[in-house]
Amino acid sequence: MKVKLHVWRQNGPNDKGTMETYEVPNVSSDQSFLEMLDDVNLALAKDGRDVIAFDHDCREGICGMCSQVINGVPHGGQERTTVCQLHMREFEDGAEIFVEPWKARAFPVIKDLVVDRGALEKIMQAGGYTSCHTGGVADGNALPIGKDIADYSMDAAECIGCGACVASCPNSSAMLYTGAKVAQLAVLPQGKVEAHKRVMAMTEAAKEQGFGNCTNHYECQASCPKGVNVKFIAKLNREYMKALCK
Amino acid sequence: MILDGKCPTGPIETSWDRHRFETKLVNPANKRKYKVLCVGTGLAGGAAAASLGELGYNVHAFCYQDSARRAHSIAAQGGINAAKNYPNDGDSIYRLFYDTIKGGDFRAREADVWRLAQVSNNIIDQCVAQGVPFARDYAGYLDNRSFGGAQVSRTFYARGQTGQQLLLGAYSALSRQIKAGTVTLHERREMLDLVVVDGVARGITCRNMVTGEIESHWGDAVILATGGYVNVFYLSTNAMGCSVTATWKAAKKGAYMANPCYTQIHPTCIPQHGEHQSKLTLMSESLRNDGRCWVPKKVEDCEKPASDIADADRDYYLERKYPSFGNLAPRDIASRAAKEQCDDNRGVGPGKRGVYLDFADSIKRLGEDTIRERYGNLFEMYEKITAENGYKQPMRIYPAPHYAMGGLWVDYNCMSNVPGLFVLGEANFSVHGANRLGASALMQGLADGYFVIPYTIAGYLATVKPGQIKDDHAEFKKSAEEVKADIDKMLSINGTKTPSELHRELGKVMWEDVGMARSKESLEHALKRIPEIREEFWNNVKVVGTNEQFNQELENAGRLADFIEFAEILTKDALNREESCGGHFRTEHQTEDGEAMRNDEDFCYVAAWEFKGAGVEPELHKEPLKFENVKLAVRSYK
Ligand SMILES: Cc1cc2nc3c(=O)[nH]c(=O)nc-3n(C[C@H](O)[C@H](O)[C@H](O)COP(=O)(O)OP(=O)(O)OC[C@H]3O[C@@H](n4cnc5c(N)ncnc54)[C@H](O)[C@@H]3O)c2cc1C
Ligand code: FES
Repeated sequence: MKVKLHVWRQNGPNDKGTMETYEVPNVSSDQSFLEMLDDVNLALAKDGRDVIAFDHDCREGICGMCSQVINGVPHGGQERTTVCQLHMREFEDGAEIFVEPWKARAFPVIKDLVVDRGALEKIMQAGGYTSCHTGGVADGNALPIGKDIADYSMDAAECIGCGACVASCPNSSAMLYTGAKVAQLAVLPQGKVEAHKRVMAMTEAAKEQGFGNCTNHYECQASCPKGVNVKFIAKLNREYMKALCK
Repeated sequence: MILDGKCPTGPIETSWDRHRFETKLVNPANKRKYKVLCVGTGLAGGAAAASLGELGYNVHAFCYQDSARRAHSIAAQGGINAAKNYPNDGDSIYRLFYDTIKGGDFRAREADVWRLAQVSNNIIDQCVAQGVPFARDYAGYLDNRSFGGAQVSRTFYARGQTGQQLLLGAYSALSRQIKAGTVTLHERREMLDLVVVDGVARGITCRNMVTGEIESHWGDAVILATGGYVNVFYLSTNAMGCSVTATWKAAKKGAYMANPCYTQIHPTCIPQHGEHQSKLTLMSESLRNDGRCWVPKKVEDCEKPASDIADADRDYYLERKYPSFGNLAPRDIASRAAKEQCDDNRGVGPGKRGVYLDFADSIKRLGEDTIRERYGNLFEMYEKITAENGYKQPMRIYPAPHYAMGGLWVDYNCMSNVPGLFVLGEANFSVHGANRLGASALMQGLADGYFVIPYTIAGYLATVKPGQIKDDHAEFKKSAEEVKADIDKMLSINGTKTPSELHRELGKVMWEDVGMARSKESLEHALKRIPEIREEFWNNVKVVGTNEQFNQELENAGRLADFIEFAEILTKDALNREESCGGHFRTEHQTEDGEAMRNDEDFCYVAAWEFKGAGVEPELHKEPLKFENVKLAVRSYK
């Protein structure tokens, strides 16, 4: 098959950037989207031209490094799929495909499709942990945790920190990302102790980093490659209210 | 030279406790004066940086990704071992120790393995305290499963994402220390040199991958926790950015590379589909708990759909060859058995390089829902990649390069032969011998990071004055200039082949000649080809762009240059080791029925190679291995 790509090219944060078009012949439907981009880059490099920069690492949908908006949708819109797991068989022969970086004020472009997601780190650093020291903790089975609670916590912990939720949100909100961590820890006995402090600190950090508020568009859940549920935003709000009332 | 691993003597049960007591401490008030560099933020590096930060050291951590949370540890699916014996099925520290020594085919140090088994239990407790949502049973207690060649259930897991959850635990501890100011994290940095002054590790040189700036960082000790090197085969289950660069640069500065030929080829990966493939995807071997491996008995059946082949015409080759372990035979054995079937022309799928992994019987026995609950995400992943439904037809799998047992040589303190240079996790060679058992790499990474290095580094730091040598020393300038010169050279060649094309060529040589089965002939062939590829690289590579920009072509070129040099030492090691053990299989050394034949008489040692220059014969140093607690025996899984 063949496809026509329109790719965002931007040489550094201060460059204005533009869409450029590439015709890609000989695409195999078994290739992943990134392998198709590899081929484009191979041809560009052979030609002595600057290759398209894009973040990727594990290529199996778990590291959260890949981050492209494809045809207007973060990760390309296939349910529960990162762009590195998207395969060319999902596209029609002759398709025109638009490829852009995450767009959000908090994520400045580094080059082409690569953005700086450091703002997400700041939210985690504000409180995304239990304050336990290495060593001197209780036996793993000292506190039984109901299977339903462990499963709920794990559902929240599935987040891979890619930032698609922010990129898809009209308000560039990071509430799904923040809510997932808050919820994961808030329901566990180990995390409960600091639940109030944590939710306040993480929410504050999100605000400081320039992420917006949630106004219930739920685009985040739709674009989340791990299907992290918006119920964790509700949980975040509840935890926040509880903390406020304290 | 005969190397000394500095293992404690005396009864093994108390060796680590005695060693900890005998190791010097650093005065709490002085800790912040010591600056420790930690390259890598995976399970090993993340855990080390966080724990050392908590103790009060001034830690600087580095990773090449944009976040510490993205290290390749994140991809581990199956689980982590510990000797908790919660299921009451006969596990113990001794059994975990014994299984690891035997699984490693008697090529690891007893004392290191004992310590690993001992601290394994602390790891689980630590992770639970961090909020890692391990799987639990209905009573609320931690659930265990049996995994990869173990006859007890000692594997803890978090769905199919154990590595992710453990790494997020370490990352959260690290984030806390960053906030507290004890750890400074440098993301998107690639270490490109180790700075050694008068034989002692004093810092690193790295490239800022966003700006291209070459930076010097000094430290009173340097920790490398930079993962494994199996991307030397080009296609592997590792992430695209995994490289040998950090450890190889250290090797070029005098650190010995130990047992580089011990590489693990994992049996349950999705077979290759085409020429333009960039990586291979692992499917957790927990699948082998419920899936049965088979190929058609008759060559003419191989093209038929699996459903048309009667049970009597199927060869469940693992169950046939290894009746007591069956589909759970260790990785090296299962991989070689799959290769044998395909070499025998009974493989299935494209190119006939594949075997079936069939769930039909388990689905009949347990129901599809149970299988979905256990492995749903793996079936989903399989379908995304192959467009086939594993519930309806058997999956196809084939072995792929997965893990490096070899790595930089370290002593019992995890310190290399270069004083001040510590190596943790997959990057060192220490505990897995010639073959790693499933669910034990996560255990090793966290053991090294949380529970070993915090003690052993103190023993070293207590002997040095903090901040004695800083980045104004001439060696730092020299190192930066050398790094820059290499970069300029690569950018200036302007040949015709891109780094990825040359990497593919190298990978092909390594896979075919130095892969699952090696012979004197194939290894000598590789030793002829690798220098040719090196020559071609330095004369004909084409690296577009400049240093002063975000430049992935340049990153790949640098990593490839190191892989090429390293490949030669890996191959020499394989040639030198005239025996078959674990993941290293020499076709000349096998029994009549094709099983590996070890040679304890001549090769019961660690081979540590000293680099002497590209194309120059490296020097072999040996560390003899002594087995005082486990009797050297033929490793049989029949
Ligand atoms: C697909 C897959 C599944 C696996 N499943 C399991 C399992 O179920 N159970 C199990 O026990 N093991 C498993 N393993 C093995 C295990 O995951 C790894 O061996 C282990 O996580 C390695 O951890 P590490 O900390 O040593 O290295 P990594 O996690 O690879 O971390 C390396 C770190 O070093 C950094 N780095 C590397 N080079 C440089 C450089 N030059 N400059 C700066 N930074 C650098 C990286 O940024 C990263 O932070 C699996 C491995 C794979 C690939
Ligand atoms: S590259 Fe890791 S999630 Fe896509």
